[in-house]
Amino acid sequence: MPESPILKVSDLKVTFATRQGPLRAVDGLSFEVAPKEVVGIVGESGSGKSVSMYSMLGLVRDANVSITGSVKFNGREILGLSDREMQPIRGGEIGMIFQDPMTALTPVYTVGWQIIEQLRAHTTMTKAQARERAIELLAEVGIPDPRTRVDNYPHEFSGGMRQRVVIAMALSCNPKLLIADEPTTALDVTTQAQILDLMSKLQETYNSSIVIITHDMGVIAEMAHRVVVMYAGRPAEIGDEIDVVRQPRHPYTWGLLGAVPRVESRNDRLATIPGNAVSPLDIPEGCAFADRCEYRMDICTKRPQLQGDHGHLDACWLTDEQRVSIRSKATP
Amino acid sequence: MLSFTLRRALSALLVLFAISIAVFLIFFATPGVDPAARIAGRSASPATLAHVRAAFGLNRPIFIRYLLMMDHLFIKRDLTSYVNVGLKVVPQVLKAAPITLALVSGAAAIWLTMGIFGGIVAAANRGKFIDPLVMFIGIAAVSVPAYWLGEVVNLITQSRLHSSVFSWVPSGGYVSLTQNPFEWALHLLFPWLTLAALYAGIYARVLRAELVNAMNEDYVRTARAKGLSERRILIRHALRCSLISIVSLFGLDFGALIGGAALLTEVVFGLPGVGMLTYTALQNLDLPVIMACVLYGSFFVVLANAVVDVLYAFLDPRVRVA
Repeated sequence: MPESPILKVSDLKVTFATRQGPLRAVDGLSFEVAPKEVVGIVGESGSGKSVSMYSMLGLVRDANVSITGSVKFNGREILGLSDREMQPIRGGEIGMIFQDPMTALTPVYTVGWQIIEQLRAHTTMTKAQARERAIELLAEVGIPDPRTRVDNYPHEFSGGMRQRVVIAMALSCNPKLLIADEPTTALDVTTQAQILDLMSKLQETYNSSIVIITHDMGVIAEMAHRVVVMYAGRPAEIGDEIDVVRQPRHPYTWGLLGAVPRVESRNDRLATIPGNAVSPLDIPEGCAFADRCEYRMDICTKRPQLQGDHGHLDACWLTDEQRVSIRSKATP
Repeated sequence: MLSFTLRRALSALLVLFAISIAVFLIFFATPGVDPAARIAGRSASPATLAHVRAAFGLNRPIFIRYLLMMDHLFIKRDLTSYVNVGLKVVPQVLKAAPITLALVSGAAAIWLTMGIFGGIVAAANRGKFIDPLVMFIGIAAVSVPAYWLGEVVNLITQSRLHSSVFSWVPSGGYVSLTQNPFEWALHLLFPWLTLAALYAGIYARVLRAELVNAMNEDYVRTARAKGLSERRILIRHALRCSLISIVSLFGLDFGALIGGAALLTEVVFGLPGVGMLTYTALQNLDLPVIMACVLYGSFFVVLANAVVDVLYAFLDPRVRVA
């Protein structure tokens, strides 16, 4: 990639001190986001996807948390900045979209008020200008009759419409990076597709990079250019979307892809990954996925490092030959 | 918003009507009590009794009796005290009401200011030394009974230090606002503080808990992700949403206090308010006065609740449609 990355995360570790001992929510996450690139972070619940994003922005307000590593935004280290120093970055240069649009907006203010508040926090707009811009933004995210709707309260919108409001707000200051934390999880399926379309469309207009967190491989296939597969707070596989979806290398990714139901398949039962996600309180020394892995070997008690070529990395001890033979057996 | 206010006022009227019936039944339709003897006053002559029976229709059907009683209470306003024969009840209540209103409103202003300030300070400094300190002062103030605190205040300002530091403190009683505003405030200062101390602590504690909850809400995370300052997040987002529960608490407390629950403070400081009136009436079993006080008290509880509901709708847009 010729352009320098807009976001460079290196060896991010997030640990919570709990009564039961240290809880490693994120353990050595590294990835880069190039300008205008869409990076998908995928994994099961509790795999550390959201917490890694929140900790980057200083949104984890737990006194028992310790965050180490490095997060460079536009070449500037942002990990460990004070709230005051982060203020212009949050909302101004990095916009965020949250999982549950039902609770993400303050219930007692109109949506227009909330968008205007953000605009005025980051720009020198007057109230009237900000209001005009808010109406424009609402129109842009596909809210019908924005001039009236701008004065409505969050509870007067449906879930999908509310998520559009949240997106409008996140985009209001033309952020260079948009972080979307499961933006479609709380919505019904038809609305999900609309929101994803909207995000793709806006990404082209605004030229921002996007980090999209999801547990849905379908969302990844639709949106992402690059994919980070996380398991138990560790990256299991990183690569271009086309590589990870077409030629997944890590057994965990095989499981995730197998769990996407397909129209043409005649199976009555949905595929599942056996076992439960490992508790972040006792992640094994070796490969975190070993307990649930069909192909575990003796060496799996040692932790595999991310390796591979052409930007397609994975953390697994299987050799290329083993993978080829496993996959030729698996696919008919 | 206007239609909500009207609907709320209408339902308040219905509640008041129901209360008046309930109170009437309790006081004058209880079997085994001769209401005429109660209304006519202490050691009334048989002639007076007969007159009362006729005037209040005591031998007529119960709903007529109810209507006549309401007529005597609200329209003719000639219901007289049982103890002080000839002393009319309604003007007495109307005379006492402004005193209670002055006491409670002033105290409310103080306790709201102190409670909200204390709650914000504690919540903003959660985990630091100042948070448990504010909460401790709060619980201590809540735990002290009004009559004890009032008496101690009186002891200090009227007796022990009256010749030195507190020589400017008047000796109890009440001066009306129109008569002399300065004396009015001076007479009410310590009653205000005493009453406010009992409530400020509760409000600070409730608000702190609400704020701490609100700061964990998703919308606060959104506000933070928007790049707002911590101060703005606390005041404009968290506090604004937490005020809703403070307002409902306030409505109940304020209504009850105006309705006579400030009795202890009034008695201790010798303020002739509604609480004091109820207190004397209860001691003498002065039935007409007690009934008037109960109706008056319930009126203010209902009124305060209606006002709170309207305020609620103003604060929380979600309520307006309901």
